[in-house]
Amino acid sequence: MDIKFSAEDIAFRDEVRGFFVAEYEGDASTRLSDNSATDYKSAIVGWQKKLHAKGWIAPGWPKEYGGTGWSSTQKFIYETERGLAGIPDVVPFGLKMVAPVIYTFGTEEQKARFLPRILNSEDWWCQGYSEPGAGSDLAALSTSADYAGDNYIVNGRKIWTTFAQYADWIFCLVRTSKGIRRQEGISFLLIDMNTPGITIKPIVTIDGKHSLNEVLFEDVAVPIENLIGEQDKGWTYAKALLAHERTGMAEVADSKRMLEGLKQRATTEINGGKPMIEDPVFQMRMSDIEMELMALEYTELRVFASMADGGMPGPESSLLKIKGTEISQAIHELQLQLAANYGGALPGDLSSDELGHDFAAEARGKYMYGRAATIYGGSNEVQRNVIAKAVLGL
Amino acid sequence: MNFEFSEEQIMIKDSVSRFVREQYDFDARRGIIESDDGISREFWSMFAELGWLSVPFSEEYGGFGGNVVDIAAVMEEMGKGIVVEPFASTVVVFGGLLSAASNSDLKSQIIPSIIEGNCLGSFAHMEPQSRYEMSDVSTTATASAGGYTLSGVKTVVTNGGTANKFIVSARTSGEQFDRNGVSLFMVDTAAPGVEVKAYKMMDGQSAATLMLTDVAVNQSDLLNTAGEGMDLIDQVMPQILIGLSAEALGIMATLNTLTVEYSKTRQQFGAPIGSFQVLQHRMVDTFMGCEQTKSMLYRALCESKSVVEGETDAVALAKTVHALKATVARYGKIIGEEAIQLHGGIGMTDELNIGHYVKRLMMINTSYGDGDFHQKAFNQLSYSG
Repeated sequence: MDIKFSAEDIAFRDEVRGFFVAEYEGDASTRLSDNSATDYKSAIVGWQKKLHAKGWIAPGWPKEYGGTGWSSTQKFIYETERGLAGIPDVVPFGLKMVAPVIYTFGTEEQKARFLPRILNSEDWWCQGYSEPGAGSDLAALSTSADYAGDNYIVNGRKIWTTFAQYADWIFCLVRTSKGIRRQEGISFLLIDMNTPGITIKPIVTIDGKHSLNEVLFEDVAVPIENLIGEQDKGWTYAKALLAHERTGMAEVADSKRMLEGLKQRATTEINGGKPMIEDPVFQMRMSDIEMELMALEYTELRVFASMADGGMPGPESSLLKIKGTEISQAIHELQLQLAANYGGALPGDLSSDELGHDFAAEARGKYMYGRAATIYGGSNEVQRNVIAKAVLGL
Repeated sequence: MNFEFSEEQIMIKDSVSRFVREQYDFDARRGIIESDDGISREFWSMFAELGWLSVPFSEEYGGFGGNVVDIAAVMEEMGKGIVVEPFASTVVVFGGLLSAASNSDLKSQIIPSIIEGNCLGSFAHMEPQSRYEMSDVSTTATASAGGYTLSGVKTVVTNGGTANKFIVSARTSGEQFDRNGVSLFMVDTAAPGVEVKAYKMMDGQSAATLMLTDVAVNQSDLLNTAGEGMDLIDQVMPQILIGLSAEALGIMATLNTLTVEYSKTRQQFGAPIGSFQVLQHRMVDTFMGCEQTKSMLYRALCESKSVVEGETDAVALAKTVHALKATVARYGKIIGEEAIQLHGGIGMTDELNIGHYVKRLMMINTSYGDGDFHQKAFNQLSYSG
């Protein structure tokens, strides 16, 4: 019962810290603070190329495909340092979502063709899962792929596609046959975004910004060599990917950093001549979150420890997504509460001096966009269904 | 980094767990509570023989030399059986204060008798006006020839009805709320001027009001330097709060297991009620609450060990322990209330074990500060200055 790191682990932590300080300097950190800014793509790709040059772009991958070969403790340290330094995670669609499917289920040709370009951020990927009629009930998807000689002909609509406007490729779940169970007959296809017949329609979200899209497919011809694994078995591959995705969703270090920021702001926001951090009611609201986060930090450590010897994560892992997103939303809420009546302002070109406040716009945006966290990646209600079935046996 | 118990800890955990499963079922416990004594002396002697009563004491006094992790391991298993014998009161609280004391004569005299099972101890500290404020002590200790005379009233003294030794806090100097001036004395139940008004708590444990009228104690009955009792209390409080929280965790896990199992068998509307999504999600929430509490307990255990080994600061530990007790309060309440609600009418009955687990959880909540008290203390450490 202890969390002592070995001397090697501490040396590793110092190396990570040193690299972040040296390489993630002012420019990248400013440019990456807003993921709807016009130069966001070049900024994040630039940062990812630095990580690639260092060999740290894909800690989750097996070493033979370009992974780091780190122990689970080292992966934990890396994630923690990244979050505490306020560095955004890599764009997950290529590196964390489609790549594991490709190196696990893909052919040698597919691995050679796609993996290096994902590693060096040459290709930008997006995810084509959700459809207007298939959200939490993903197996209801109806985008069709009909086999025709050397190609599949794809027709249908995908929705909530993050950063489709930047993407070179999209990985899609499509219906190739009508099986007895809905989950049968779904296939996993890789589609070049430049193929004729693909249209992207932007979706503006309640934060007033554009990161989501609808992607329409009209008689889009996809070569059969872009099929992953066997036709009609795509659901199995996608499910394997979801398990891979889950442990990274607690974002404990990111929330710790946000909470420190909140406390800082609570010392400068004044009410009745006193800083908000001295308000006993506000203190209770902050500690409700801080205590939950202190516990979640150890829940995450327990998950890492359980996987240290190559074991499977235990039941404690299943709550990481739910609690992690609830905590980050709760912090966003308090940030907005701190901004008081400035919170609704759309200041446009006004400077913070002219507006009278310096973080209201950011707090509003984070709160609004942050509502998505309990919806995406399997809504928190779906996560509860999963725990009820898989952990509690209900 | 590891969150496993050591082999020795697993052995003792298994031994307590086996006892609870094989000899301490709900009917056995009920028989004990309804007996005149309210505890089983037979089982207490058995605890002594099995070495459980020696766990936290130093080898110097015949103890096992265990630490707070060992205490938590035992307490968690005791919680699963809601064991009423006064392990927490005698070994963790009374024994903890004594272990931390500087009076080695007192230690070598009394610790072996705790280990042998002959001494049942209790900490008589709370007063009618004091609520959870530890330094609010108005019982007086007036200097006399060779010692002191104690006068005052101590309330809700846990294990007060069965204890044969008390550690009594009394003021040798200072005003009512002063930290300085509180002193701790060893007092025998049979000492002249000690009157014990015993009663029962709703969790089956014994309690008492202690009337102290001109009780004569010697200089040698002081646990440490006169006036410095609060230092001792502060030093031992993390261990007390962690022990009680571990017991609470055992109760919470048991309540969740019993509720999930019940929901799989109870049929309504032609289906097991556990198949209804609205109930499933509530059971997931209580499951998550229990896991979060466990994580907070492990955090407190890891940080306590580091503090003992001189590696982290005591303020961080104090924050964590406040957060732990507040978390136990928050999730203990939810888990207890949900267990009753999901059991429905049967959950309301005295005949079923559920209500008895809930009552013990409620009593842990009000022991040494409830959730709000500890959250305020946490806020003080985190957001002031």
